[in-house]
Amino acid sequence: MIEPYQLVVLVPYAAALLLVALPSYRVGAVANVIASALTLAVGGWLVASDRLVGDYAIVDEFNIVFVVINTLVGFTTALFSASYIGHEIESGRLSPTFVRFYHAMFQAMMGSMNVALVANNIGVMWVGLELATLITVVMVGLYRTPQAIEAAWKYFILASVGISLAFFGTILIYLAGQPALGEGVPAMTWSLLHAAADRLDPAILDLAFIFLLVGYGTKVGLAPLHAWLPDAHAEGPTPISAVLSGLLLNVALYALLRFKMLVAAQPAALDPGPIMVVMGLVSLIFAAFMLYQRRDIKRLFAYSSIEHMGLMVFAFGMGGPLANFAGLLHMAMHSLTKSGIFFAVGQIAQAKGTQRLADIRGLSVSHPRLAVLFALAVLAICGVPPFGVFMSEFLILTTTFAREPWLALAPAFGLLVGFGALLLRLQGTMFGEPVGATHRVDGSFVPVLLHLALVLAAGIFLPPLLVAWFQRAAELLG
Amino acid sequence: MSGAYDVSHLLAGAMLVTSFALLYQQRIAAVLNTFALQSITLALAVAWTAWSDKRPDLFITALIALSLKGIVIPLALRRMVERLGIHREVEKVVGVGLALLVGLALTGLAQALVAKVATGTASHAREELALALAIVLLGFLMMIVRRNAVTQVVGFMSMENGLILAATGARGMPLVVEVSVAFSVLIALFVFAVFVFRIRERFDTVDIEALDRMRGDRR
Repeated sequence: MIEPYQLVVLVPYAAALLLVALPSYRVGAVANVIASALTLAVGGWLVASDRLVGDYAIVDEFNIVFVVINTLVGFTTALFSASYIGHEIESGRLSPTFVRFYHAMFQAMMGSMNVALVANNIGVMWVGLELATLITVVMVGLYRTPQAIEAAWKYFILASVGISLAFFGTILIYLAGQPALGEGVPAMTWSLLHAAADRLDPAILDLAFIFLLVGYGTKVGLAPLHAWLPDAHAEGPTPISAVLSGLLLNVALYALLRFKMLVAAQPAALDPGPIMVVMGLVSLIFAAFMLYQRRDIKRLFAYSSIEHMGLMVFAFGMGGPLANFAGLLHMAMHSLTKSGIFFAVGQIAQAKGTQRLADIRGLSVSHPRLAVLFALAVLAICGVPPFGVFMSEFLILTTTFAREPWLALAPAFGLLVGFGALLLRLQGTMFGEPVGATHRVDGSFVPVLLHLALVLAAGIFLPPLLVAWFQRAAELLG
Repeated sequence: MSGAYDVSHLLAGAMLVTSFALLYQQRIAAVLNTFALQSITLALAVAWTAWSDKRPDLFITALIALSLKGIVIPLALRRMVERLGIHREVEKVVGVGLALLVGLALTGLAQALVAKVATGTASHAREELALALAIVLLGFLMMIVRRNAVTQVVGFMSMENGLILAATGARGMPLVVEVSVAFSVLIALFVFAVFVFRIRERFDTVDIEALDRMRGDRR
């Protein structure tokens, strides 16, 4: 009997093999959507199936949240990409052969992320995250312009250093667990490590967490390790920017949180909370100020991703059921909204033939429908009610205020600064006289609309079932 | 048993020496030779652990280290350097003296960190871990203080040699073979990237500073 947690990995990998063999890019695009829809269905099945803890796989309330977001955004991105990539071939930026590999790599990346998410073995988790990163590196360099190659190279170097440090941290975790759990696989199995957390060597655990924080933190995009992120977002194909911001950062955060749970369960080890609070705040405030200087529309939203990842790390660093709940909710809302924004940005970049903010003006005149969608999505990410992001940000701020009133000022300040920058840019792109070339938009609006509808629905009414689920996940986080 | 640890310490120490040697090489050809030497030493160290700990699967790791990183990749990089006519000298951000001093400080830091932290573990694992951490940090240093793409790749691979050493030093750690394969894929991709993207074709140099001109927002 095949289990859904196996399928969630196998379906994308099988699809990747199939897509390499499909010569026509049109058929490939459709197959990509179908495979992603299948994975989404498996993700739904996973929610309904039993929770389990095996030697190599784990399915609990916590990682199911991530798997569902992963498969959902993967599906909508495939949908968007199907309508987007044809334009890239027409405009000559990509050859059909490249698009074929692009589709295959997309599925391979989804599969690798799911490997990292359902793995119970910290080594397997590391391998999954590494593979997903490598594939995105190739995708970022896909256009082969000097800028794209530079971005891919920078991403390559920084991500590899992150990978190496995270691996060293993984070895240290094994060494910390070895005296209690014995040699071999058990000392690398997360659930066993967690159960025996109070018998892990606290001093090695401390050192391991520092390595893991720096290593996986590089992938989360925490300042000052964020240098790869804006370039990688700006130079790759837009669907890849959407999955980078919406998914890959989450998976890295997931890995970090698993280790945080481990370290927090050993009272003699350092408290990971304050370190994460500080790193989160530094990223949040730094990124918020950086937003003002951006000239490239994709870079702008890449910095906004750093800002929001910082806020999540802050919330998880605060800990406790309510802050964790808010953090998880914010992660879900950010994934949906930010990938939606990137879909809209991709269409804007195609419509105007540029990513330069200075050349994107008067969208409300030239492309009214696209402009409305884009404006709504940007307002949503700014945290304007009634969208879901408002609710999660509000929750994070109020729980912080209830516990540490003075500390709440810092994230509130960062969010306000970011809010101002995004509104300023939004106004610039929306109004004024349209300049430069204008092309028609033939991409589909369905993915953006879907994401916006979900974020809006979550902001207005969060189903009790969902709340209960997220609460259970937040409790696991401790 | 203590003889077995003496040999593994000797080999790990030899790797650390080659890490320092990497920092003061003047020519790229010499950097590649030194790196090949380090990889062969790693292969010996892993093979020794495989033999003395009776873990035959580690022989695969040793074989990968020997064939891929000891022979194939240095040769491929050398051919590339010749074919592309990249500067034969190593381009430095800081001088040799300063780099070696920082390297020395990093080695001391690695020893201090591990010695202080891992009091509970068996002493042989601790010493090997300290040596491995020093190699990792020196590789990291090399990536920072050398600006040529080829030397950065070598720095990364030397860092990775340290990681494999640490993983084999942690007794009974599973997945070492798998991880060494995964890392080899990563390295192959690195070399592939330098090759296929033909950075030179676009920039006329493999000097990373030329890449830096492209950075930031396009104006």
